[in-house]
Amino acid sequence: MRDFAYLRADSVEAARNAAALPGAMLLAGGTTLVDLAKCGVAEPATVVDISHIEGLDAIDVSAERAVIGALARMSHVADHPQVKSHFPAVSEALWQAASAQLRNMATIGGNLMQRTRCPYFRDPQNFPACNKRAPGSGCSAIGGVTRGHAVLGVSEACIATYPGDLAIALVAFDAEADLGDRKLKVEDFFLAPGATAEREHDIRPGEVITAIEIPGSAAARRSTYLKVRDRQSYEFAAASAAVGLELEGDGRTIRDIRVALGGVATKPWRARAVEEALKGKPLDEEIVRKASELAMEGAVDHGANHYKIALAPRVIARAILKLGETA
Amino acid sequence: MTSQHIIDPPEDGHFRNGGNNQPSPTTLSIDLTINGETHSLDIEPRVTLLDALRERLALTGTKKGCDQGQCGACTVHVDGERVLACLTLAAQVEGRSITTIEGLADADGTLHAVQAAFLEQDAFQCGYCTPGQIMSAVACIREGHAGSDEDIREYMAGNLCRCGAYPHIVAAVRQAARELRS
Repeated sequence: MRDFAYLRADSVEAARNAAALPGAMLLAGGTTLVDLAKCGVAEPATVVDISHIEGLDAIDVSAERAVIGALARMSHVADHPQVKSHFPAVSEALWQAASAQLRNMATIGGNLMQRTRCPYFRDPQNFPACNKRAPGSGCSAIGGVTRGHAVLGVSEACIATYPGDLAIALVAFDAEADLGDRKLKVEDFFLAPGATAEREHDIRPGEVITAIEIPGSAAARRSTYLKVRDRQSYEFAAASAAVGLELEGDGRTIRDIRVALGGVATKPWRARAVEEALKGKPLDEEIVRKASELAMEGAVDHGANHYKIALAPRVIARAILKLGETA
Repeated sequence: MTSQHIIDPPEDGHFRNGGNNQPSPTTLSIDLTINGETHSLDIEPRVTLLDALRERLALTGTKKGCDQGQCGACTVHVDGERVLACLTLAAQVEGRSITTIEGLADADGTLHAVQAAFLEQDAFQCGYCTPGQIMSAVACIREGHAGSDEDIREYMAGNLCRCGAYPHIVAAVRQAARELRS
């Protein structure tokens, strides 16, 4: 790990000023930054420690909305009683992510800044070509081992999978990130690679995420996060779905439905085609399975990750049907 | 740490103490509170808590396994919560209360209930992952995540044991959880 200057910010304003320095990177939980510095991927000139800023870890939840401070730790949000009752998919996405130790360290703001786990991205010594690390150098994953790579939102520049869980639930329920001077939809905060794979987030120098806001809804209250993976625990998703469901008074017709996908796309992926196909329709297994297939429109595989195209719609359908069983 | 390391930005927000408008890497003087004792250290900013414990303070009970946040061998407590020392910068935990495996037993040598349960249940083979397993288990029980074997397996998943002693580890956590509850 290259050495860096260490600065401790004691206010959001100080953090913003320091974040604008050339080569500065913010340190909250450290689970991404310290890891990537060890891999030789992150080479900050200055690390700005924001973990000592007071008051930025508040968790304020009502039926109308959740406001989660950027420094709230994943474990605390996952176990928060009101998050569990009003936004179960958020709690489930959090406790199924990483390990208990990492969830005690990692913050909600830092979670949004999590980088891909693409093994080529993480290994600059053996794979110099990576458009995320070195724009224009090429993509080592294309033509390589692709079992974990994305099938949605890919480009010729990059097929790296967005690895997180929380943001999948946030995107499903129209959450916003508060960057101080502006707020933007979490869905828009994440950028698909296109021709600029190095840009993963719509965040500018000097901006600091201060909070996440999630609007409450009937669909958010009746929601779940289903994560399918190679191991039962402590593993990234092969495919996952955050799903929320609101039924009409007849208990059978779908009034509102939210579907977002993880583990299969280059960014947290809202499956609006599935939602539109199901609104107003009866909650019927055959209809749900057929609509779930629509999530894979435009999917492109690179051999070993072909299975995700079959897997993801089944994960969506299982999550919706499971919600349907819970009255 | 001296107050000069706390950010007090100039009016235009740009630091100039290191040339190129950037602060330069420098040695930090920090105080760490470990197992109730304060230790003063001069360290580079990049030094992890794990390396500070093992290489500077001779607290080698905390193990370096993967050094990448994947195995859990370096689990310690910061302000009572389990974290990975390999992904924690030492400078970051100044002012926090750190507990390592060396600080778990009573001063008279009486083992913590989790340590005793690991011995009784033979919950290790080579022993390398054991300090991390025990630190993790103490927190797991305290968090209320040791109510069933299923919970124990889920919430202890961040601690790998390549000898495969998992069934005995689960038994030890189950036993200690029962003892600590009563």
